[in-house]
Amino acid sequence: MNCFVCVTSVPDTASIIKIGEDGKHIDESGIKWILSPYDEYALEAALQLIEAQGGEVTAVTYGPARAEAALRDCLARGAHKAVHVIGGEATLGDSFKIAQTLAAVLKDREYDLILTGVQGVGTDNSQVGPMLAEMLDLPHVSAVTSLEVGDSGLEAGREVEGGKEKYSSPMPALLSCNKGLNEPRYAALKGIMAAKRKPVEKIEVGDLGIDETSGTTYSVRSLELPPEKGAGTVIQGEDDPAAAAAELVRLLREEAKAI
Amino acid sequence: MAGILVFVEQRDGEIRKASLQALGEAHRLAAGEVSAVLVGEGVGSSAADLGKYGAGKVFIGDDANLKLYSAEGYAEAVIKAQESCQATAIFFSATVMGRDLAPRVAARLGVGALADVVHLEWDGDALVARRPVYSAKAFATVDTAGQKPQVVSLRPNVFAQEEVGGSAEVIALDGLALAIRAMVKEFMAAEGGEIDVAEANVIVSGGRGIKGPENFALIRELASSLGAAVGASRAVVDAGWIDHSHQVGQTGKVVSPTLYVACGISGAIQHLAGMSSSKVIVAINKDPDAPIFKVADYGVVGDLFQVIPPMIEAIKAL
Repeated sequence: MNCFVCVTSVPDTASIIKIGEDGKHIDESGIKWILSPYDEYALEAALQLIEAQGGEVTAVTYGPARAEAALRDCLARGAHKAVHVIGGEATLGDSFKIAQTLAAVLKDREYDLILTGVQGVGTDNSQVGPMLAEMLDLPHVSAVTSLEVGDSGLEAGREVEGGKEKYSSPMPALLSCNKGLNEPRYAALKGIMAAKRKPVEKIEVGDLGIDETSGTTYSVRSLELPPEKGAGTVIQGEDDPAAAAAELVRLLREEAKAI
Repeated sequence: MAGILVFVEQRDGEIRKASLQALGEAHRLAAGEVSAVLVGEGVGSSAADLGKYGAGKVFIGDDANLKLYSAEGYAEAVIKAQESCQATAIFFSATVMGRDLAPRVAARLGVGALADVVHLEWDGDALVARRPVYSAKAFATVDTAGQKPQVVSLRPNVFAQEEVGGSAEVIALDGLALAIRAMVKEFMAAEGGEIDVAEANVIVSGGRGIKGPENFALIRELASSLGAAVGASRAVVDAGWIDHSHQVGQTGKVVSPTLYVACGISGAIQHLAGMSSSKVIVAINKDPDAPIFKVADYGVVGDLFQVIPPMIEAIKAL
């Protein structure tokens, strides 16, 4: 079983987002970069599969130099090796270009499964997985929350509006992984030490024959913070909760017209 | 202005509300040149109805192999429809299916896609979209950098459905080359027909302040009095009190209902990111300093176990 896990490095979800000077990107000062939380489910799924069936897990990222930390995190948790395509600052949010780059890296490698997080936290597109599957001519299942892998095929479940879907697919296949699939492990100290000696293959994006500035499909005109909200109405409900409840319902009915 | 093709989602022949909203927005933008594509088995009877909501043409991909969803099969039908109508834009609703299918279709057409947009307008022949990023901690105004067709998924419950009262020409898609590998084998409906937070107009959410999983009964009772979906904070999902499908926030669902009622939720930044674009926000919390009150339009400082029961009574009495 050969698994490639495509990961990305994102601002910590607790980050306070500020707009950068160009008005198109976030202000990166003070941002802590982490492995995108959904990628943890993808990595964990791959690690569990190879623990059960043998094989190798390779973490792949496309990002600037700082993204190596996300790869080291994957290696520390148990991935065997890593591939770092260096670049990606110009293509942030451009799912098509990202998928194209990953496809160029993966097309001649041998794999049974390619796994990725359902979305990169931040750009929130949820598109790289299905696009990469299409480019590599693979079947895909997105937002997977349950998985069973057999010899030649897999069964995967996911949550949709109003219920759950159960998929079957032959392999090789691509899966994008959602919260609920598993409980990702943390990196132990031993793993962190071992990760330092594991190989990271580095590739300049240009060496893949990809021009980051041509054929882009996503152009950011501006980035803004949401409008500030004015102070709301506060009702003290400690002494007379029933009266507070009645007042709230009245306000929602008459003022907000929300019920 | 060239037309817009809208992928219309159905389950068991029932058209999803979010698709009618996407049709409504397409109609508003395209001044009438709107086509729809409907895919499934035996879905033809729903097709003519789509004229009422703004579709001039409805392409039908009808095949036994399309009864249940597959990205590969459904993408083939959408692309066949696009070959016929040559639309400048293809709309999907940003449901689980739409967000799965739109990127597959886009990649097959060799273009990118704009996901989960909340506002659209024309700039010449380019669609300019506004979309939440960083879980709605910021909003980006974006376009497809000149690529056509412009593939867009529209967030449910944001755009208005329109009843324009027209009738649609129904066109069957022939010669679908279906090479389906990954496909849905089974759909299991949620118990009790619960409303999903991603689609709901009203959401009542519970957090750690409800003290235990058994007290979701009270949250559900309030939700049911409002016809609302039940949401939850990450803390209670991680504690196993309720299924992840209910989680609102950065690693759950980002929602923008008309009314969001947060009960016993302090308002971690990741939760606020997921719900702060709701139209009206109500917070019920014991702690007057809880961050949730900073985004609330109406806040009740008090014990939710004392406040919610009379609230349910008052709602029922309306």
